[in-house]
Amino acid sequence: MELTTVWFALIALLWAGYFLLEGFDFGVGILLPVLGRDNRERRLLINTIGPVWDGNEVWLIVAGGATFAAFPEWYATLFSGFYLPLLLILAALIIRGVAFEYRGKRDDDRWRRRWDLCIIAGSWIPAVLWGVAFGNIVRGVRLDADHEYVGGFFDLLNPYALVGGLTTLALFTLHGAVFLALKTDGEIRERAGRLAARLIGPAVVVAAGFLLWTAIAHHDVAGWILMAAAAVSLLAAIPAIRARREGWAFLATAATLVLAVFALFVTLFPNVMPSSIADANSLTVTNASASPYTLKVMTWVAVGCTPFVLLYQSWTYWVFRKRLSVEKIPA
Amino acid sequence: MDTLDIARWQFGITTVYHFLFVPITIGMSVLVAGLQTAWVRTGKEHYLKATKFWGKLFLINFAIGVVTGIVQEFQFGMNWSDYSRFVGDVFGAPLAIEGLLAFFLESTFLGLWIFGWDRLPKKVHLATIWAAAIGTLLSAYFILAANSWMQHPVGYTMNEQTGRAELTSIWQLLTNSTTLVTFPHTITACFLTGGAVLMAVSAWHLKRRNQMDVFRPSLKLGAWVVLIAGVGVLITGDQQARIMTEQQPMKMAAAEALYQDSQPASFSIFTIGSLNGEEELYSVRIPSLLSFLATGTFDGEVEGIDNLQAEYEQKYGPGEYAPSIPVTYWSFRLMMGFGIATMAVALLALWAMRRGRTPTNRWLWLAVILSFGGPLAANSFGWIFTEMGRQPWTVFGLFKTSESVSPSVSTGEAATSLITLTVLYGVLAVVEAGLFLKYARAGAPEIPPSDSDSSDEDRPLAFAY
Ligand code: HDD
Ligand code: HEM
Ligand code: HEM
Repeated sequence: MELTTVWFALIALLWAGYFLLEGFDFGVGILLPVLGRDNRERRLLINTIGPVWDGNEVWLIVAGGATFAAFPEWYATLFSGFYLPLLLILAALIIRGVAFEYRGKRDDDRWRRRWDLCIIAGSWIPAVLWGVAFGNIVRGVRLDADHEYVGGFFDLLNPYALVGGLTTLALFTLHGAVFLALKTDGEIRERAGRLAARLIGPAVVVAAGFLLWTAIAHHDVAGWILMAAAAVSLLAAIPAIRARREGWAFLATAATLVLAVFALFVTLFPNVMPSSIADANSLTVTNASASPYTLKVMTWVAVGCTPFVLLYQSWTYWVFRKRLSVEKIPA
Repeated sequence: MDTLDIARWQFGITTVYHFLFVPITIGMSVLVAGLQTAWVRTGKEHYLKATKFWGKLFLINFAIGVVTGIVQEFQFGMNWSDYSRFVGDVFGAPLAIEGLLAFFLESTFLGLWIFGWDRLPKKVHLATIWAAAIGTLLSAYFILAANSWMQHPVGYTMNEQTGRAELTSIWQLLTNSTTLVTFPHTITACFLTGGAVLMAVSAWHLKRRNQMDVFRPSLKLGAWVVLIAGVGVLITGDQQARIMTEQQPMKMAAAEALYQDSQPASFSIFTIGSLNGEEELYSVRIPSLLSFLATGTFDGEVEGIDNLQAEYEQKYGPGEYAPSIPVTYWSFRLMMGFGIATMAVALLALWAMRRGRTPTNRWLWLAVILSFGGPLAANSFGWIFTEMGRQPWTVFGLFKTSESVSPSVSTGEAATSLITLTVLYGVLAVVEAGLFLKYARAGAPEIPPSDSDSSDEDRPLAFAY
């Protein structure tokens, strides 16, 4: 296989990992006001992701860095083109990250309420905007012959991309509810389970709509298969949630996210950013890529590092595998 | 202001801001790991108290270090897309390696450390803070390798077809002579910073005779770290100056506002005159010192700005090749001045506390407490000197700052970003300073007796947000 293809696949993998992991973080943040009725419950919710959210976020940083190294043109065009949405995402990630660390550091209700708002907004915004961004990448944007984005901000808010945004929002929220049912004990676990059962219907509708729209617009058999697989695993979540098999339900929503990301990337291939003005202007794995030498170096680094990362991140989840309950967090 | 100016202001503001927190993270992670090691090895409770106390301050600082780092990673693409296209092949590699090797390590193991106090065996728990500390050092190495390539490009060729730089040797990139002096200089500066935090906060408590068992050793530890790291900073700075003179002679000339070639060249501690140094009314000079800094001998020749300007015009075509002289001249001096002043305070504090003494002089305590800011200022001026002194280049000799900016970003968009980030950072600075002070004043926590009888199952978490 060409190294450019390998790196395209690796970047898809990084985004899949990011959506799978930070997906439930965002879901927990979005559900904070819904499931957390008082401060103790909200703390419980936050502590389910406390030890891991920062490690999850690094998947995004590495996806960004890997794109910079392996496809500099893609990194340059994407980040300068989607300027304002990315700025919003950055602002959201800033207030959210600080809020986790600072909300408990003063015993004052107003203080905590403000940080809760930061967590909620900081989770909503990226949950929606990542979907909008991917919708636009797959759909194609106005790139000129220099591969510069010449569209405006409002061109990014087209119906297809907005449905993409709704899809990530719905899937992340569902994924978060399922995660909470898996990671908590007592009354909250019951409530999270019931909420997941109510969320799955809308999630199926929105996600199916987005995938169908994608499938109709892009005739790509491998993409179709992956989309079907994503749909099946989402449907498989329904009985698991109803039966309170939380582990299976989580596996199902996780698989949905991973498969959906792969489906989008496969549909995109060999483009990385198609131009809606002229095919010749599209960025592809070939014309956006770094030199063969850089790709080779990066491949060695990825092969050497990734197993360790997976190993110690899994170990973290193992260490903190116990369910949390309101009684078990210190005052 | 156009997009270029705005992008430059944004890069300067966000990076200097990021680097206020970075050195505290790097310095304190190692110091906290050291204190925890002392506790695990001796079992003495005051080490545990100290670990928890400094650990809390470290985490308050770390949070902002992380979130401001994400902005750094993104803004190359957002504001400097042409730069990213030009250097991505070379520069992306260390950045991606930094993420894979270092950021995963530090964030994952810090999560384990924060929440793992009761979940992990003592020694494993100790290992997690060391892993995080090693992560911060690795991260520094790779990002400094990236930055050093901009100061002194190596291990690349120019692709004639695309007009872009391409990596030919990752080894040369990672062993760039510039990296090999920049890393020790920056890291020793980070330890100096961490030591100053320990010293200043402890002084606040000792002045009030609070928890002497915790803060007396902490102050001494901090002051010794400042002194030892400080000597390291001076030695490595001196080496760096020599490498810099070889690689970027214009930066050295600008650092001294030296217009004519001189042999031997003197070093002015400060000057009163016109801002760009062309006219001098009064100046305090040390003869031959600049020659020594630049070349290692007291009668070495140092090239002047005028000559270099002519030389560069020949080489690179017409243009202005000198950086802003007032900025380079003063930032170089302020870097050294603030650092050396902090070392002097540390020396004074150690002397005043010799053989069990606890000084009562208010001015002494005030100086020690204020020394918190010394290294922060020195670090900022160090970077401002390094980066501004490289102008008009982003990649020295290859690519200019004016060519680097994103063509597709409008002035309005860039301004929105600059204003949003600056306001956000301003608010965060106030919040963080408030919290830091609150927890610094609260002093070390009492350690509750652990109920090792109850089984692992029903025990509450030792820590939760
Ligand atoms: C000498 C050290 C040094 C320098 C020059 C920089 N950083 Fe930094 N950075 C660190 C040392 C560091 C660190 C010690 O590793 C941090 C600081 C606090 C922290 O949480 O980790 C960090 C955090 C940090 C993070 C968040 C990591 C996480 O989530 O754990 C990112 C993405 C960056 N940085 C990226 C950058 C970029 C793109 C820089 C260049 C413009 C930069 N940093 C300059
Ligand atoms: C890998 C690390 C770094 C890279 C790639 C980098 C790159 C750049 C770039 C592209 C610019 C904009 C062009 C310009 O205006 O000069 C810049 C400016 C600047 N950087 Fe760096 N930099 C790095 C690290 C740092 C750090 C850690 C600091 C310290 C805090 C710093 C301080 C500055 C300052 C103060 C400016 C503004 C200069 C100006 O406005 O002209 N840089 N740097
Ligand atoms: C006599 C003392 C010192 C000398 C001779 C010295 C020398 C230098 C030189 C020549 C540079 C620029 C390197 C370049 O652009 O290529 C530099 C940068 C820097 N200095 Fe210093 N320095 C001294 C003290 C300090 C102190 C006390 C601190 C902080 C506590 C400090 C922090 C920095 C930092 C953070 C940078 C930017 C990063 C880098 O390029 O290494 N320096 N120093």
